[in-house]
Amino acid sequence: MNITVRVWRQKNADDKGKMVTYGVENVSEHMSFLEMLDVLNEQLTLSGDDPIAFDHDCREGICGACGVVINGQAHGPQTTTTCQLHMRSFEDGAVIDIEPWRAGAFPVVKDLVVDRGAFDRIIQAGGFISAPTGSAPEANNLPVPKEDADHAFESATCIGCGACVAACPNGSGMLFTAAKITHLGLLPQGQPERDSRVIGMIEQHDHEGFGGCTNIGECTSSCPKGIPLDTISRLNRDLLGALAKGKA
Amino acid sequence: MTITEPYKNPSEQFHAVGDDIHDAKAPTGPIEKRWDDRKFNAKLVNPANRRKLSVLVVGTGLAGASAAATLGEAGYHVKSFCYQDSPRRAHSIAAQGGINAAKNYRNDGDSIYRLFYDTVKGGDFRARESNVYRLAQVSVNIIDQCVAQGVPFAREYGGLLDNRSFGGVQVSRTFYARGQTGQQLLIGAYQALERQIAAGTVEMNTRHEMLELIMVDDRARGIIVRDMVTGEIETHTADAVVLASGGYGNVFFLSTNAMGCNTTATWRAHRKGAYFANPCYTQIHPTCIPVSGDYQSKLTLMSESLRNDGRIWVPKKMNDERLASEIPEDERDYYLERIYPAFGNLVPRDIASRAAKYQCDAGKGVGPGGLGVYLDFADAIDRLGRPAVEAKYGNLFDMYAQITGEDPYSEPMRIYPAVHYTMGGLWVDYDLQSNLTGLFVTGEANFSEHGANRLGASALMQGLADGYFVLPYTLANYLADGPYDKVDHDHPAVVEAKQAVEERITTLLAINGTRTVDSYHKELGQIMWDYCGMERTEEGLTKAIGMIRDLKTDFWANVKVTGVNEELNQTLERAGRVADFFELGELMCIDALNRRESCGGHFRAESQTEDGEALRHDDEFAYVSAWEYGDKQPTLHKEPLEYEYVEMKSRSYK
Amino acid sequence: MVATTQTVKRPSAKRSTVALKYSMAVSGLIMLGYLLVHMYGNLKFFQGRDKFDHYLEGLDDILYPYLPHEGALWIIRVVLTAALVVHVYAAVTLWRRNKAAAGFVGNTRYHTKQNKTGVQRSYASFTMRWGGIILLLFIIGHVAQMLPNWLSPGGASDSKYDRVVNGFEIWWVVLLYTIGLVAVGFHLAHGFWSALTTLGQNHSSTRKSSRITAVSIGLAVIIAGGFLTVPFAIFFFGAGS
Ligand SMILES: Cc1cc2nc3c(=O)[nH]c(=O)nc-3n(C[C@H](O)[C@H](O)[C@H](O)COP(=O)(O)OP(=O)(O)OC[C@H]3O[C@@H](n4cnc5c(N)ncnc54)[C@H](O)[C@@H]3O)c2cc1C
Ligand code: HEM
Ligand code: HEM
Ligand code: SF4
Ligand code: F3S
Ligand code: FES
Repeated sequence: MNITVRVWRQKNADDKGKMVTYGVENVSEHMSFLEMLDVLNEQLTLSGDDPIAFDHDCREGICGACGVVINGQAHGPQTTTTCQLHMRSFEDGAVIDIEPWRAGAFPVVKDLVVDRGAFDRIIQAGGFISAPTGSAPEANNLPVPKEDADHAFESATCIGCGACVAACPNGSGMLFTAAKITHLGLLPQGQPERDSRVIGMIEQHDHEGFGGCTNIGECTSSCPKGIPLDTISRLNRDLLGALAKGKA
Repeated sequence: MTITEPYKNPSEQFHAVGDDIHDAKAPTGPIEKRWDDRKFNAKLVNPANRRKLSVLVVGTGLAGASAAATLGEAGYHVKSFCYQDSPRRAHSIAAQGGINAAKNYRNDGDSIYRLFYDTVKGGDFRARESNVYRLAQVSVNIIDQCVAQGVPFAREYGGLLDNRSFGGVQVSRTFYARGQTGQQLLIGAYQALERQIAAGTVEMNTRHEMLELIMVDDRARGIIVRDMVTGEIETHTADAVVLASGGYGNVFFLSTNAMGCNTTATWRAHRKGAYFANPCYTQIHPTCIPVSGDYQSKLTLMSESLRNDGRIWVPKKMNDERLASEIPEDERDYYLERIYPAFGNLVPRDIASRAAKYQCDAGKGVGPGGLGVYLDFADAIDRLGRPAVEAKYGNLFDMYAQITGEDPYSEPMRIYPAVHYTMGGLWVDYDLQSNLTGLFVTGEANFSEHGANRLGASALMQGLADGYFVLPYTLANYLADGPYDKVDHDHPAVVEAKQAVEERITTLLAINGTRTVDSYHKELGQIMWDYCGMERTEEGLTKAIGMIRDLKTDFWANVKVTGVNEELNQTLERAGRVADFFELGELMCIDALNRRESCGGHFRAESQTEDGEALRHDDEFAYVSAWEYGDKQPTLHKEPLEYEYVEMKSRSYK
Repeated sequence: MVATTQTVKRPSAKRSTVALKYSMAVSGLIMLGYLLVHMYGNLKFFQGRDKFDHYLEGLDDILYPYLPHEGALWIIRVVLTAALVVHVYAAVTLWRRNKAAAGFVGNTRYHTKQNKTGVQRSYASFTMRWGGIILLLFIIGHVAQMLPNWLSPGGASDSKYDRVVNGFEIWWVVLLYTIGLVAVGFHLAHGFWSALTTLGQNHSSTRKSSRITAVSIGLAVIIAGGFLTVPFAIFFFGAGS
């Protein structure tokens, strides 16, 4: 199949940037979306142009490095990561618009690459359990109900890709933050720091310039890992509890 | 054909032979006491002095993140580096199956000794006993540590941890978190690391790629890195350097590794004098999704557990174009069940991989290019019912469908082997220190405890063992003699290293040739796969060395690297990595040529039994090959391996 | 052990976006409670002028003699005004913040013309904000009409019953009220669910699958529908004349 792509090109953080149109020929429907960009980049390189910069690493949907907005949808038309999206999801002759994640907290570095360091800093503000190496008790001393463990696991599968932020009309990082609050909050090991965790993480979330959540739910429909919306409600509940105890 | 009389190894036209290595620093005495002895005799550092001691940790995978977090927690001044935009994205995240530990929660006879035994045997007697025993010992602490961090391992209904059996062993000792064990373990280590970053003990440098090692007065004292966003070439110095930069499977271009996995950090250290051990040991995984076209950028692994219920077959007829469903039962060859009646579809990875290759070489492969065999669940679905199969393998089936666009419930899956893991790496002693003083190497980057072949679920174990429990002791022992004299940034060794990096970048950008970096990488990968892949021959390896050298020369004359250094330049990043892969690829072939035996992940066609099984030559090759870099040619140092506890036997799966 | 808290100075969680939302949710629920009572009162219109006017006068003397004449009413008014001020303040603050957070380039966020609604202005974000503004205008106009007899389309009267009837005989008054009430309906259809979610009470993985969503939509229909009976009865069926 032959397609046309319109890609956001921006040389660096200071450049203004614009959409640029390219044709890509002989695209196989079995190609992944990123392989299609590889083919385009080979073309661009040979013609002396700067290839399009995009983040990626594992190409199997688990590292969270990849992610672009395709035709207005974060990670494109399917509920998966950009690297796991295949060209068979598009028609022959399609015009595909490719843009970087847009959010105040995710400044563009170059072309489709953005800086998601804000997510790491949210984790630094409390997204952990303080368990110094060597201090751990025997693993089976503390049973965890299977249901809680499974639930915690589901929230822990967040890959930190940032699609939720790109999809949220408010540029809110609440689904990402809530996934971590839920993962750690459901486990007995996570209880001692539960209040300080939610307070620290929310403070950092706001400090980074993410928007507030107005319970729109667009984030969950773009999340490749299906992080559910009730995680956000749990975060709200945890913060309310922490504030009520006067912990802030 | 078997090798009978000793003759001068033809590999010696490509290398010199140096002195043997005799002291790997492992304590002697009863094996179960060696690690305790080492810990007791290790020098300690007063907590008040730790702040003054600095360590650079390259890599934030399981090995690097666990080490940086633990060292930071202990109070050392740590700087951590990774090439991704976040430490959480290190390649360890992709591990699926699980992590081994000798907890014996299943009461099925597991023990530290059994894990030790299985690992030595699984490694085809090419690993050090002392190291492997220590690995088995600390494996139990790893699980405790991870659970305390909040890693959500699978649990039983009673709330206790669940286990499964994995990788051809008879006990259930594998802890797992659905198909995402690596992810969950890495997130645990990453969170511990972020906690230390917040505490100010670890300084994180993301999107920074190590391009050179700095040696001062015969000690590793620093690294040169490139800030991948601004292009700035930075110097970082410290009292010790830890490389935890992962494996080099990407030398094959197509592998299950992440796109950015590289050998640059280890190769640059090798060029500065660190020995590279056993480079030819590569693990090829049998159950990957086959290549679908020449645009393919990477291969995807599907968990080995699929072989528990799936049956592997090919059509008996050559170049059979029919759909799988149109091929009647008696025209199918379930070749693994036929050749290995005892283990059937569950033979070890290397055997299953090679068998698939033979079928495809014989023209019986299926799918595009005839590079694939069927993995059929029709019987399992008949026997267990579709819901049961779905519950067990649903996510893998979905992944397959997502990638291939085919429905594995109605047509059998197609699978093909792919490069998955590299057992070789920088040589280290018992303390995980390389032959360069002050340079420590952990995780997949070192030549590790897996010998010639790694058991499933053991790489995660090793990475975390190194980072959480081994390195913190052995590195402290080294640091106890510090802090060493401060290294100024205008020290000649620093200036030299920095200039070398800058010159290399300038050269790459100036060539402005006609071929893309990827096209070279693909061609190199094809050579490696054809001649240094599942089966190696003297003739092929010799030919490959010549081809690689020619290709390398062509690369430095004709590659086209666009853009400039002073900005995010992904082409430049790749060019530097591919340049190092050329040199490593050549060494892999030389190592494979030298090792005229078949062991683990290395199969020499000249060395097989009459019925085509791998044949080891313990009399001649029971050693670690540690290669020293040389401008003209490398030098081989042999570290002899002795087995006091496990008797050397040959494997049999018939 | 080393400290695990960050040293960077950050605004307190008490002033966070989530805390702002708590105040929005609570003030919204207070207003919602008022609306339910108000609607119930309005339905007394169908009992005729005397009963209706009498009921409204009765409101002046709630808890009399414990509270002075109109005392309870003033408390309610103060609470309601405070709720409205808090609610609007929070809404405007969040709205401005969120716009800045969305990463606009010029005046668009994404340049693509495809999938405009999906990612960028979903139903809820659109209706809550513009609906809220319509509501605010409606409330100002409505209070001006009902309470002090200032704005009296159709003719002023001491009888509120008459005033209501006079007003709703005019088509554009009915139209404005309809717009206002549809806005109330939409606002609450998302708002009630959203408020409970904000207060941590949603346990469903998506909005659609939440039981509160059904309740929320039901409530919105009842309130908007309940209020609309009066103007529609007057305009279309000539009630009260
Ligand atoms: C698909 C797949 C499935 C697997 N499943 C299992 C399993 O089930 N069980 C098991 O035990 N093992 C499994 N393995 C193997 C295991 O995942 C790896 O061996 C292990 O995770 C390696 O960890 P590491 O910390 O050594 O390196 P990595 O996780 O590869 O980390 C390398 C780090 O080094 C950094 N780095 C690299 N080069 C540079 C440079 N030049 N400059 C700066 N930084 C650099 C990277 O940024 C990264 O942070 C699997 C492997 C694959 C590919
Ligand atoms: C007067 C102008 C008003 C404006 C500008 C306004 C605006 C908004 C906005 C933007 C929201 C969504 C924010 C969010 O979900 O967090 C909201 C929520 C809400 N509004 Fe209003 N509103 C107004 C009036 C009212 C009135 C009169 C009521 C009561 C009937 C009301 C009840 C609610 C409720 C219950 C919520 C949900 C709170 C939450 O999500 O936590 N609003 N309002
Ligand atoms: C058709 C619909 C409506 C009718 C017929 C109606 C009628 C009235 C009447 C008669 C009064 C005067 C009551 C008194 O004297 O105490 C009143 C007051 C008021 N109404 Fe409505 N109303 C309607 C809809 C609404 C809506 C949708 C809102 C809010 C969103 C609202 C908010 C108010 C307020 C705030 C007051 C002032 C209460 C006070 O301070 O005493 N009304 N309304
Ligand atoms: S919550 Fe989902 S969309 Fe958001 S970062 Fe995590 S995986 Fe990505
Ligand atoms: S889309 Fe945005 S508003 Fe909240 S529910 Fe999701 S973060
Ligand atoms: S590249 Fe890793 S998730 Fe897409």
